Amino acid sequence: MSARNRELFGLLPASLLIVAGFGAVFLQERTQLNNLSLTYGAIFLGLCFAAHLIIRARLPDADPYLLPIIAVLASIGLVMIYRLNETLARDQAQWFVIGLVAFAATIILLRDYRLLERYRYLIAAASIALLLLPRVPGIGQQANGAYLSISLGPVSFQPAEFAKIGIIIFLASYLRDTRALLVSRKRYGITLPRLKHIGPLLLVWGLAMLMLVFIRDLGSSLMFFGGFLAMLYVATDRLIFPVVGFGLFGVGAWFFATTVGHVGDRISAWQHPFDPRLYEQIGGSYQIAQSLFAQADGGLWGQGFGQALISVGDSPILPAAQTDLIYAVIVNELGLIGSIALLLVYVLLIERGFRVAVLARDSFSKLLATGLTTVVALQVFVIVGGVTKVIPLTGVTLPFVSYGGSSIVANFVILALLLLISDRARREARR
Amino acid sequence: MNKPIIRVFAVLLVLFGLLAYFTTRWTVIDRAALQDNPQNKRELLAQQRIARGSIEAASGTVLARSIRRSDGTYARHYPENGLFAQTVGYSFLNPGTAGLERFYNGQLTGRTAGLEGTLRKLQGKRQQGNDLQTALDPQAQQVAIDQLAGRAGAVVALDPRSGRVKVMASIPSYDPNVLRSAKQTARLNSAPGAPLLNRTTAGLYPPGSTFKIVTAAAAIDSGLYEPSSTVNGDNGVEISGVPLNNDGGQSFGEVDLTTALTQSVNTVWAQVGERVGKRRISRYMERFGFGSPVPVDLPPSERLASGLYCSPDGNREVVSPTDSCVDIGRASIGQDKLLATPLQMAMVASAVANRGILMQPAIATRTIDPEGRTAYENTPQRFSRVMSAASAEKLTAMMQRVVQEGTGTAAALSGIEVAGKTGTAERDVINNITQPWFIAFAPASDPQVAIAVTIEKTVGGFGGTDAAPIAKAVMESLLR
Repeated sequence: MSARNRELFGLLPASLLIVAGFGAVFLQERTQLNNLSLTYGAIFLGLCFAAHLIIRARLPDADPYLLPIIAVLASIGLVMIYRLNETLARDQAQWFVIGLVAFAATIILLRDYRLLERYRYLIAAASIALLLLPRVPGIGQQANGAYLSISLGPVSFQPAEFAKIGIIIFLASYLRDTRALLVSRKRYGITLPRLKHIGPLLLVWGLAMLMLVFIRDLGSSLMFFGGFLAMLYVATDRLIFPVVGFGLFGVGAWFFATTVGHVGDRISAWQHPFDPRLYEQIGGSYQIAQSLFAQADGGLWGQGFGQALISVGDSPILPAAQTDLIYAVIVNELGLIGSIALLLVYVLLIERGFRVAVLARDSFSKLLATGLTTVVALQVFVIVGGVTKVIPLTGVTLPFVSYGGSSIVANFVILALLLLISDRARREARR
Repeated sequence: MNKPIIRVFAVLLVLFGLLAYFTTRWTVIDRAALQDNPQNKRELLAQQRIARGSIEAASGTVLARSIRRSDGTYARHYPENGLFAQTVGYSFLNPGTAGLERFYNGQLTGRTAGLEGTLRKLQGKRQQGNDLQTALDPQAQQVAIDQLAGRAGAVVALDPRSGRVKVMASIPSYDPNVLRSAKQTARLNSAPGAPLLNRTTAGLYPPGSTFKIVTAAAAIDSGLYEPSSTVNGDNGVEISGVPLNNDGGQSFGEVDLTTALTQSVNTVWAQVGERVGKRRISRYMERFGFGSPVPVDLPPSERLASGLYCSPDGNREVVSPTDSCVDIGRASIGQDKLLATPLQMAMVASAVANRGILMQPAIATRTIDPEGRTAYENTPQRFSRVMSAASAEKLTAMMQRVVQEGTGTAAALSGIEVAGKTGTAERDVINNITQPWFIAFAPASDPQVAIAVTIEKTVGGFGGTDAAPIAKAVMESLLR
């Protein structure tokens, strides 16, 4: 069977999920939902098919499993959001359309994605600007003490979602050039690169710290910096780089945790979620405590679709259920079994991403695929880890599952890039 | 470059393992602890979506019912307002649950376990609560509240033959309907006189001379004394090395126990108590229910143990009467470190009334499921045999004399023989603040009601003058 036919068959699980999920939620809440809402599911299936056709036309050799895996994730997310709020599901379906446009545009415009290398400094500068946008007065918005989104007229989006792609492109390109130089000089038996080579990397560290201070979001900076260290390690094959890097990050994070109130609050809320003082405090530990309570109710098998207690009247019990806490809702309704299954789908996705990196022939492609995959994986870790109290809870989305326009669009661009890399790699490998 | 890529993948796999472990921790390992966390209101919230069963008095009067709101949740309403406030309790998201609402939460929410619950779920039936029926008597309760007339105090009346609680009045009271507002809840929590407190089961007071019934039961049932045995009743007899006074400093000379009870002679009963001894007193107190939280179908946090409180470190903990800190002579007349709840004192009267057999007090009689079947039957249970039927009869005769010609004549009912005992605990000697008590049962030959009445504070009041008339009115209402 050809790769594309495998991909088409691979879309079957997602279709079944969408049909079963929408059916279940609709039957459960028939009194409150209208028939039209079922079309969101149909739109979604149409989009999956359209994406498949685009890949069939332009990237015939691309990895056949990436799209089906992401379709499964997105269908779980859409059903969950549909179950939470019919209107949000409609918005989410619309964002999928825009995401698909971005997906198609990326594939068509970046036929040769290595063109990106030419503009790496421009991309880097644009990304940093994007990151800092939420602090610009007038358009920046603060939520829970973090500056993550901007609003332009009616549209609000999170520039960090796009900045992360730009920074990875820059790093992949930069590390491709300097990887040999970084490991060439040894002093006192250890690898010690020259300042002019390590300089830009220190700059990235500084950038991560800057994010902590300006954007005040521990989760995002952990995600960026983790992705950077993974790329640095893959580029140099020297363990010393990530070790020193994590050390520096740790020092910086500790410094800001003890000096910046917002970061410190998040950490104490993480350590003592049931402390009555923190629990009552606005922006305190209420959200994480409720997340854990909701998960406990889920148990092994979950309470079933549409059963989770999200709010009473107008007062939310699970704040930000459709974004930050969507994993807690999934655990509550699908139980340990369902949530482990979801994590396994992510593991499959990551495995495919690294397979693309391994198959790619040139360093830039390898680094780019590694960076993109690692950042997606770390984003899952940051939000699921936050919801399950592995690390302090910060507001990033669960890729492809959470409600959120910027996240959907950015992640579709990542998917497009991975497919572009994989198409080239597999074609070259076949040759 | 492929090796480090695979290593990065391995590191990420470890991180995902961590996620899986933590998810397991919250859903399985720490599940029970999280669900029991007092901050976890999810179950309470979920219950807002259940049509909770109603709570009814013996007459069918509805004391609590659920009303469906437009958003599909249910709100609790208490049609009789504060009539049985502390007994029925409340069930709101905040401040939570109390009283019968709390104790019978499982029944009231219809948490049907096992196969039947699963079947209901499969049939798509909404969880629906069972109705709770009680033996409470709204009319007699209203009489008790009117009689207390705003004075802080408590009245408990029960049927000695079954232990069914008829009246459970605690003043000051409150209207549970206002607890829907957080502001009112906060106000009630800190209100003077603690209206949320159920004084009948959680108010601890010096029982005064009403406790002499316990001493008399121990003295006669153990065979050491007869009602006709005589003891010196002079004023100022030394008890534990300190002279003890009778009421008004009166000396009675050699008197028999019946007279000593009728006139409530302190020195006689203190000497009897000393002779009967700590161990026997201790045994009889235990049979009457002292020493452990008063046994009734209310939440443990709302029930206190009657007995001797003498830990010097301020710990409110009951000790055995055999403890060295106890002055058994003074404890025998309801003084010293002895504290009792009104329900406990009603149980004392009840045990004598029911020929020596103490029935366990019970408020609820049964629950009825939505199909009209009895879901749970609270059958009367014997708590203990306190004394022989013969001893109980002798005590009954002695207590009748108290009402016929002694300190308790104000409780006498026309045409119905009443047996009772007064008590007047001194709370503040200098300002002459007393706590009047009266315990009784009637009719003496065929008891149908046992009662305990107390008023926390009066200026110079007596059990016979202040508490006995209340008992009379409530008994009249119950026996009419």
